Amino acid sequence: MDGLVRGAAAIVGVAESDLGAVAAEISPIDLMAQGIHRALADCGLGLRDVDGLICATAQSRTSGLNLAEYLGISPAFVDTTILGGSSFMFHVAHAQMALQLGLCRVAVIAYGSTQRTIGRRHASVREYNPYETPFRPFLPATAYALAASRHMHQYGTTREQLAAVAVAAREWALMNPVAWEKEPLTIAEVLSARMISYPFTVRDICLVTDGGGAVVMTSAERARSLKKPPAYVLGCGQAITHANISSMPDLTVTGALQSGRAAYDMAKLRPADIDVLELYDAFTINPILFLEDLGFCSKGEGGSFVEGGRIAPGGALPVNTNGGGLSYCHPGMYGLLLLVEATRQLRGECGRRQVAGCETALAHGNGGVLSSQATVILGTQAAV
Amino acid sequence: MERISQSPLAVYQQHLDRGELAYQWSPAANRAVFYPRVICPFTGSDRLEWRLSAGRGTVYATTVTHPRDGAPYNVALIDVDEGFRLMSRVEDIAPDAVAIGMRVRLRIHKPAGEEPAYPVFVPVLPTLASPVSGGGLARGPVESA
Repeated sequence: MDGLVRGAAAIVGVAESDLGAVAAEISPIDLMAQGIHRALADCGLGLRDVDGLICATAQSRTSGLNLAEYLGISPAFVDTTILGGSSFMFHVAHAQMALQLGLCRVAVIAYGSTQRTIGRRHASVREYNPYETPFRPFLPATAYALAASRHMHQYGTTREQLAAVAVAAREWALMNPVAWEKEPLTIAEVLSARMISYPFTVRDICLVTDGGGAVVMTSAERARSLKKPPAYVLGCGQAITHANISSMPDLTVTGALQSGRAAYDMAKLRPADIDVLELYDAFTINPILFLEDLGFCSKGEGGSFVEGGRIAPGGALPVNTNGGGLSYCHPGMYGLLLLVEATRQLRGECGRRQVAGCETALAHGNGGVLSSQATVILGTQAAV
Repeated sequence: MERISQSPLAVYQQHLDRGELAYQWSPAANRAVFYPRVICPFTGSDRLEWRLSAGRGTVYATTVTHPRDGAPYNVALIDVDEGFRLMSRVEDIAPDAVAIGMRVRLRIHKPAGEEPAYPVFVPVLPTLASPVSGGGLARGPVESA
């Protein structure tokens, strides 16, 4: 991404808010504030240091106003870009822009959702689309199912291969103490679960949980003086290809192709240089599409690529080490939690699920119905 | 400056009410535009012409969505021969018998009550009268119960 300087900014603090099912009457702004408080403590900064405020939630139309008031701050830089679950990867690029230009010195990016507590219908109201709504698509599941149908038709991808993504996520989740799912999962169990939209059963589809969190970003220079090793922003890329699934140009190719290329170009890295991947897994087809479009296998080979535990613990390529949206936590717009896990992997904080020698991490966000794609590549000091 | 006298959606809907599937044509881009809009997404021009589709197309993608209550139903993306794609469903066959590549033709669905008419599709070839097994036209994804 021209203009953003490789390694000029870093993620210095990360935190989850309460996850899963939060206390009654907790608001999304409560969760953002809790996440910010924890993320600032994580890096040794305080609320008075924050002069850049970035947030997004489907549950508050003017979340920037509400969060600034709640925290009692009047930030110099504000951004509330909302493009679905990938919003937070866009936010990282925007924060770096603001930091590089001196528009702010410490930026926080926050998210909160209580969709489980109040129900998805209330948390994320669907807009009426006269060209789609009459056909009763159960969105977003029906849209992703249509994309999966194309991949299966063109490349012979199987339901078992889709299920392998869910099984790998579950194996990682069993090593994450805060993951929602606690029991093992088999391919047969995925296939025989309740059908939602063919080829997806309920086990091919992400959780519906509450949750949120925050990340703190500052300049590389300031980052080195803080509590924990910085996760430097090596590369950012983004692409919007459509809003509605009926306008997606090719259902087997996502904007991750462009966002990945831009991020690799800025980072001066190739897929083979990436140690750990955090890919937005709202549905089991997603990691398959993103592994292809981000260059980890050829187009059409994603299904066979994920077979045999390749992306599971102990496999050749660690993917979604927190257990993913499929088994760890999926609070509506999940992208922020990918950045949290990528940073923790680079710091070596992940306990049993820690990937050994992790120097580079790729966090890929997806929004809408494969509509917005944004990639962030992070690295340790050694990778800068 | 010319004011917009009728919304693109209103024109589209009027055609549907007359039993026609209308779409826009961009002379500058030399291609179809769908859904209908005020500005051509290929050229940025506001010169868009209305045309009528002959109502033939091919299934591009398909799924069977299972509601919590009620029968499973088809949702499909149809590539219409004039060069545009829309969301719709294929009727007259079992929802899981709808297959990618299947040739389909237009049928205007007029719901009872206030709901406006919308375009659905049916297979071009007649199917055997066995909706449970899927008709035998082309094999769709077969679901394990």
